[in-house]
Amino acid sequence: MSAFNVNEIRADFPILNESVHGKPLIYFDNGATSQKPNAVIERISRYYTHENANVHRGVHFLSDQATNAYEQARTTIARYINAEHSQEIIFTKGTTDSINTVAFSLGETLKPGDEILISGMEHHSNIVPWQMLCERKGTVLKVIPVTPAGTLDLEAFEGLLSERTKLLSIIHISNTLGTINPVEQLIQKAHALGAKVLLDAAQSIQHLPIDVQSLGCDFLTFSGHKVFGPTGIGILYGKKAVLDELPPYQGGGDMIDQVSFEKTTYNGLPLKFEAGTPNISGAIALGAAFDYLSSIDLQGAFQHEHALGTYLRARMREIPSIRFIGEAPETCSTLSFLIGDLHPFDLGTLLDKQGIAVRTGHHCTQPLMKQFNIPGTVRASLAFYNTTEEIDQFIVALQRSILLLS
Amino acid sequence: MSKSINQIQDEIIEEFAMFDDWMEKYEYIIDLGKELPLITDDKKTEDRLIHGCQSRVWVASEMLDKHLVFTADSDAIITKGIISLLIRVLSNQTPEDIVKSELYFIGKIGLQEHLSPTRANGLVGMINRLKSDGLKQLTS
Repeated sequence: MSAFNVNEIRADFPILNESVHGKPLIYFDNGATSQKPNAVIERISRYYTHENANVHRGVHFLSDQATNAYEQARTTIARYINAEHSQEIIFTKGTTDSINTVAFSLGETLKPGDEILISGMEHHSNIVPWQMLCERKGTVLKVIPVTPAGTLDLEAFEGLLSERTKLLSIIHISNTLGTINPVEQLIQKAHALGAKVLLDAAQSIQHLPIDVQSLGCDFLTFSGHKVFGPTGIGILYGKKAVLDELPPYQGGGDMIDQVSFEKTTYNGLPLKFEAGTPNISGAIALGAAFDYLSSIDLQGAFQHEHALGTYLRARMREIPSIRFIGEAPETCSTLSFLIGDLHPFDLGTLLDKQGIAVRTGHHCTQPLMKQFNIPGTVRASLAFYNTTEEIDQFIVALQRSILLLS
Repeated sequence: MSKSINQIQDEIIEEFAMFDDWMEKYEYIIDLGKELPLITDDKKTEDRLIHGCQSRVWVASEMLDKHLVFTADSDAIITKGIISLLIRVLSNQTPEDIVKSELYFIGKIGLQEHLSPTRANGLVGMINRLKSDGLKQLTS
């Protein structure tokens, strides 16, 4: 493994050579989805060219091969996040599907009056499934407030946490604010009162090393496509002892042990939670994404990205009437901002015309937008394949856009 | 006699043909936004708000001498420019002409990307609203 070199890394991501509106693409929308290395793209092609068959079924060669590759991907991912057992890794459609699985299955074990604790900076996918559960089961949703700086109000958190709290479901890194939450502390305090903890790692798995055993969370969720893998595949990690106690989410093929009209028994982990033919190519290619991460100087990559985030914030401070939405002391390389009274849509449109992809809008965090009393933000979210030169060009393009709009 | 919808569309296509750079085109759209016949604040009601826009857009219409006259506003400048173009084409036309109009100028001046569902700036919503206001006059 050679030391991190951004130009070598960029060569692994073919899409970075694209032009947009006649300008070289500058992709700063990694929070929405990440780009894919050749290793992932080629893995999907190899699967469909040489290995395609259904898993866990046939006695034939191809089915064996597909099953082995699928299960190997599970092992790779388990190892990457340091899960104790590979059965603790459940393949889902993505973070949303993972959270809905927990909301249903854990929800079945809850009683009216039991509390779910989330925060004011959650993505809609970590709000709505709990609201639906509360409607179904009479559980109560509590929300940890967010400070004006964009951090969790930890004092309020301790006040909200009680023996009625059955689950703390919390975002690790805010997709809108970039805030890195002090999750070790939150998990410890929640566990002390007997609550389980779900960590939404959709925005952290691609920025930080994740070790589920040292974190101690009961569940961890993320999406493949945000961590250089394909869309339509995601992970639900759950502690074996916790998952074993939960009823299945969906019924169908693969999740059963014996089916009869009198009584059906369910499969063990992990298949109990994988009803139906899974996204086989997606799972295998997600394994390839983690193999790719393990093959590069990942620590160097994370350091490079962190330096980019710091540089971006410093350059942005040069812009008159800049307002950062989220100024937590601990942030990742995701930056939400507004400039004067310019509308995010206008800025995003003009940046696009200059080849720069950013996200504008509410980022699926409408309650947070309401709290800050803004219609939305412009969000630049970086990955380790971005460069300081791109940030410089972004600043120039931004200044040009501001000039046009003012 | 006032210009027909297609005459105005052809005029706009000609104006936009002068620009070869995207930024010049948008600079012009931004300028057009400043000429938008503004809706009065008391008409910025929920029922005049077009949903599906990242920016907020209000549209009002009024019949004047058998012609439908539109006013609008938005909190985003580019959106104002785009709706200003739509209003220039469709305002002061008869409801019949508005309803049966085919807005080919959008594609010709390179704004078709704003018609895509991912854009969510609601150009489709704006067009639907202008046309449905025309339809309401025809059926009332």
